[in-house]
Amino acid sequence: MNVLLLVIPLALALGTLGLFAFLWALKSGQYDDIEGAEYRVLHDD
Amino acid sequence: MCCTDMALAYVEAHAAWSEANTRPSLGRDYAAFLSRAADGAARASFAVEGVRCAGCMTAIERGLADLPGIAAARLNFSDRRLSVTWQPRAQADIAAVLAALEGLGFTAQPFAPGRVSDAEAAETKRLIRALAVAGFASMNVMLLAISVWAGNVSDMTPENRDLFHWIQAVIALPAAAYAGRPFYEGAFRGLRAGRVTMDFPITLGVVLTLVMSVVESLQGAAHAYFDGAVMLLFFLLIGRVLDQTMRRRTRACAENLAALRSERATLAEPDGGLRDIPLVELAPGARILVRPGERVPADGLVEHGTSDLDHSLVTGETAAVPVRGGDRVFAGALNGSGALTVRVTASAGASLLDEVEGLMRRALEARSRALVLADTATRLYVPLVHAAAALTLVGWLAAGAGWHAALLDAVAVLIVTCPCALGLAIPAVQVVASGALFREGVLLNDGTALERFAQVDTVVFDKTGTLTLPESTLCGGTFAPAALETAARLALSSRHPMAAALATAAGLAEPFPGAQEAAGLGVRAVVDGVELRLGSARFCGAEAQAAAALADHPDASVICFRAGEGAPVAFPVRQALRPDAREVVAALAALGHRVLILSGDRAEAVEAVARRLGIADWEAGLAPQDKIARIEALGHAGHRVLMVGDGLNDAPALAAAHASLSPVTAAHVSQAAADALFLGRGLAPVLSVLATGRRARRLMLQNLWFSAAYNVVAVPLAAAGLLTPLIAALAMSGSSLFVTLNALRARLNPAPAGPRRAADPAATGAARTA
Repeated sequence: MNVLLLVIPLALALGTLGLFAFLWALKSGQYDDIEGAEYRVLHDD
Repeated sequence: MCCTDMALAYVEAHAAWSEANTRPSLGRDYAAFLSRAADGAARASFAVEGVRCAGCMTAIERGLADLPGIAAARLNFSDRRLSVTWQPRAQADIAAVLAALEGLGFTAQPFAPGRVSDAEAAETKRLIRALAVAGFASMNVMLLAISVWAGNVSDMTPENRDLFHWIQAVIALPAAAYAGRPFYEGAFRGLRAGRVTMDFPITLGVVLTLVMSVVESLQGAAHAYFDGAVMLLFFLLIGRVLDQTMRRRTRACAENLAALRSERATLAEPDGGLRDIPLVELAPGARILVRPGERVPADGLVEHGTSDLDHSLVTGETAAVPVRGGDRVFAGALNGSGALTVRVTASAGASLLDEVEGLMRRALEARSRALVLADTATRLYVPLVHAAAALTLVGWLAAGAGWHAALLDAVAVLIVTCPCALGLAIPAVQVVASGALFREGVLLNDGTALERFAQVDTVVFDKTGTLTLPESTLCGGTFAPAALETAARLALSSRHPMAAALATAAGLAEPFPGAQEAAGLGVRAVVDGVELRLGSARFCGAEAQAAAALADHPDASVICFRAGEGAPVAFPVRQALRPDAREVVAALAALGHRVLILSGDRAEAVEAVARRLGIADWEAGLAPQDKIARIEALGHAGHRVLMVGDGLNDAPALAAAHASLSPVTAAHVSQAAADALFLGRGLAPVLSVLATGRRARRLMLQNLWFSAAYNVVAVPLAAAGLLTPLIAALAMSGSSLFVTLNALRARLNPAPAGPRRAADPAATGAARTA
């Protein structure tokens, strides 16, 4: 069962990475204009 | 319906006389709207109207990027706000941006986001961060918890189980400490104010669950409830985030409307100069100029000039009131024919506004609104649950179980009754229902108002600006087409609000060149050697025709026209009924509501409207205190009154009524006093509000009864010591899911059986001014 000591921290680290990615996206304003984003993706600037 | 449509609806409601068209451009002082970044770059925000599609977004951003000095322009499509950043050393020219937007076909106004909305935005982000943390913790803790549950019935060693419990603790404890803060703070605030809010049992449940789980883990027990605690927080935070987002959207929309209204005053400076300033910067003692066709921006005393004022937004009175030097004028009155210089006064005693505010305070204090459902539920719930937990403890001790087992079961009762369902039951319905109303063009000021709308059995309307449209239109009779057309073209040159009613008949015609406004009298132009006059009866020598027209239309005012020495024509002008007023009143009566009109206007004018709508109960010439008295009398007689009104004089009545509704064109004080605002020209929102309120209340009650039933099953189970973490998790998520799904039904076919807002001919007025 020693593999647990490797797998669980690994899973938690990946999860934490996802959490921080979300918090970063929130902080950098990517959720400020959800309606606009769906149109912006169609425009090539 | 999006914000833009709402703004358009608002502009349509005001279309016939948009102030932007009448007001000559002055040097405007925009400094208040600029903010500076750290590197010295200037920034400004604009509320933009007319953004309909992705194309508009690109057009605006590209169009502005070409302007000199602009570093970036970005349009927020969700709330229709444009944010412009200038280059660090560039001159920030807001007027140039407005002109460029005008050229692209968009109306915009600079916008200074208030402190309140900044705080709201910060609160939303905080809640979403807490939600993210709670979500992360729930997923990972649940992953480990399920392993334990599976291990408990198979071959997991106690060492591994303990390890899994401790990992859960390491995740859940900090996550709960962070994500639960909104609830802990709410509970603490409530306790300090001597109240037990819903936050209190939530906090108690979470903290006790965590403490008990740690104790159990220390003893190497088979069960720990970390997953329950974080999952509870996760579900409740979903409710909070939804609620907050809805509120923010409503507020953003209201702020855009306020910005697009562009409330400003023209300051007459001591050196004779004129300067346009935002209304908020107007201080008592300032001298302001009020031109014909403008609204008086603040209470004050007339220093110079004579004019006639339309007080319909102030008192409901539609007949013009003459004013001259020394008279008191009130904010919201519409200036007629002459320019006035007004000295702004701080609301000194005996003014109408003071009286209204005094009455409103009284009305709000006296209002014994029924306890809202959420409070009632909390009041019942908290003592019952805590009593059940205490009983469990005492019961097990009496039955001879040890302290440990007895405490464990008592805490289990608190956990299983954790107000997951109860905490979501009402907010979820409020969010869904206010979203449905938002799409119908109704902005809800207060979520608890939904329940009060549901109980309404009597609807009281104000007349002026509520049953009728806020602007005047030509009424009655057939006129010689040539005279009407010429008069309408001449009316284009006048700023008088009554001329605006006539001007809508001009279609796309150009005003006559050389037309001149004679202050206090009317407009005059010489065309092909013939002198054309439009204005008061005296100005046109049309006293006889005016009297005849007034006899035919007692609720109208008259504007006269004369070409050369020809026979004068009197055009009766009045505030027309809202296009669907008759249908809405009939629908209300069909639903069994009693409908009344309480108006401050003349009896003849009110009677005419009441007869056309088929309303038997009407009273005219009421002062604000009379309106309150009538509404309170209805309340004492056991009626639940919905007040619909817009004037300053309606504000106390709006506050005193069981529930209240205002059109978005209403006076500020009334808007603040009303439970909800509706947009557009129709009255149909009154029906939607009542129908949505009834539906919402029904769903809330269903949800509450479901929660009660859930507790009736779960509490004995927990008290008997049969509650495993698996059952607790299933029960909690199942009940939350059930009430949320049930709340979503408030969204299904929200439209009541009744007239919907239709495209109406007055839109052509908007087209003309556009």
